[in-house]
Amino acid sequence: MAHLTPTPVIEPVQDRTMILNMGPQHPSTHGVLRVILEIDGENVVRIMPDIGYLHTGIEKTCEAKFYQQVVPLTDRIDYLCPLTNNLCYALAVEKLLGLEIPPKAQWLRVLLNELTRINSHLVWLGTHALDIGAMTVFLYCFREREDILRLFEMVSGQRMMTSYFRIGGIALEPPLGFFDRVRDFADRFPAKVDEYENLLTGNPIWGMRTKGVARITAEDALALGATGPTLRGSGVDLDLRRDMPYSGYENFQFNVPLGKEGDVFDRYMIRVRELRESNSIVRQALDGMPEGPIKADAPKVVLPDREKMKTEMEALIYHFKIITEGFSVPAGEVYQAVESPRGEMGYYVVSDGTAKPYRVHMRAACLANLQALPKMCEGRLIADVVAAIGSIDIVLGEIDR
Amino acid sequence: MAFTPPITDVEQLKGHPALARLRDWNGNAVQGVKFDRDEMTIYLERAYIREACALLRDDAEFPFNFLSDVTCVDWYPSEPRFEVIYHLLSTVKKERVRLKVKLDGSSPVIESVTSVWPGANYFEREVFDLFGIRFTGHPYLRRLLMPEDWEGYPLRKDYPVEGYR
Repeated sequence: MAHLTPTPVIEPVQDRTMILNMGPQHPSTHGVLRVILEIDGENVVRIMPDIGYLHTGIEKTCEAKFYQQVVPLTDRIDYLCPLTNNLCYALAVEKLLGLEIPPKAQWLRVLLNELTRINSHLVWLGTHALDIGAMTVFLYCFREREDILRLFEMVSGQRMMTSYFRIGGIALEPPLGFFDRVRDFADRFPAKVDEYENLLTGNPIWGMRTKGVARITAEDALALGATGPTLRGSGVDLDLRRDMPYSGYENFQFNVPLGKEGDVFDRYMIRVRELRESNSIVRQALDGMPEGPIKADAPKVVLPDREKMKTEMEALIYHFKIITEGFSVPAGEVYQAVESPRGEMGYYVVSDGTAKPYRVHMRAACLANLQALPKMCEGRLIADVVAAIGSIDIVLGEIDR
Repeated sequence: MAFTPPITDVEQLKGHPALARLRDWNGNAVQGVKFDRDEMTIYLERAYIREACALLRDDAEFPFNFLSDVTCVDWYPSEPRFEVIYHLLSTVKKERVRLKVKLDGSSPVIESVTSVWPGANYFEREVFDLFGIRFTGHPYLRRLLMPEDWEGYPLRKDYPVEGYR
């Protein structure tokens, strides 16, 4: 539907090469990525990603919504890490408003963000291994992912489209027993990562499919705008959680895993080690969870508690005004970036002083990372293209928005 | 929620590394500055954008060596209508700076920075696709997200949210 021109966008340059179309409906393209390949036998001469099949115009839609109505839209951008998107948007608008977020809300945000990172990396690991031919890992990963989705359901009422972080804090207090269940998960999880590693890390077939495959140098990765594990796999030490902390990340101790070779195996190792690091951050967040409110003290922005609405006139009035008129945000602009499981996710929000954002732009980590694909694949075998696409960890919802 | 008003005086901000570097290089390139909510914005003259980016990238002491993002804002119906926005990051010093170029609605053309950062390719194609800004010197300026035969530029403010159909 998206591209009505059926002809390939590139023509073969030599007689001996041919054009091969891969996707948009292809099991290894993780959604609707279309890749046009020029091949010489089994070797890739040129490769061109074609995107836009999932474009839904979210940026345009945001301009017609109140600030608080944009939160559910952000879930749908990157459906594997909705809470990271919620957080990034909320932080951007809070910076525009100048809101102070209470510590408990910040720590809860960190806790859930790291659970989201584990969730996203598990989906990545399972599908990536499946692409390369290791079926078992997929089933193992989705077993643990199910636990995390149950935690999300418990805390926000939704498994995937959580919308749990609101502007000014968090929607609800986590239910009784939530922290115990998270701790239970965090205690069990490291042994599960060992299981995945037993299946893959030392596996000679996995090594042959990943080691030395789809290399990219640090210079190329930086110049192409790659971030996250795709950049760190090449040895560039950049993690926004540590380098430009947000939402209280400066209170947590964690390592940033780095690769050397910049190949698929390094990117795999980084994500597996990040699973353990994220689990450790989850435990730190549980141990040090402060007490206190979960919403900022800003009655004109944050919805009041239901209890107060039944007893206090002001709370009822504010609730009515926020729902019907929204809240106005002082004019200005903010670029807020967070470290999503895929790299630098940035929200650029422009306000003109009204209750609706003048412009919301999302800097999609995958969009930039995808540009590294030609560098990784050209001159290599077709089978390696599948490994390379998997190793970038693309989410088409985020790329196309 | 009291705010300190944005600082727009060039002299007050001249200590900022990116601004100092740009002013040393060419006093005409910088049109204005804004420091608001801890974020630095430098308004540049349209003709100098590619050279300014190369200069900031290659600076020895304070390199803004990473292009985070290129986007655009449409201020229809006021003129100059478009603002093309570049978010630069220094991976060494962990600092950000925002470059802005204003473009008229009648001739929204600007030089591409793909020769400085190849990663600008998709970002500029997206801006071309959704705003109709033309980037000269871009290697492959085609629509990125919308269909090839789409009419109009959806993120412009005179384009209805529901579309024309």
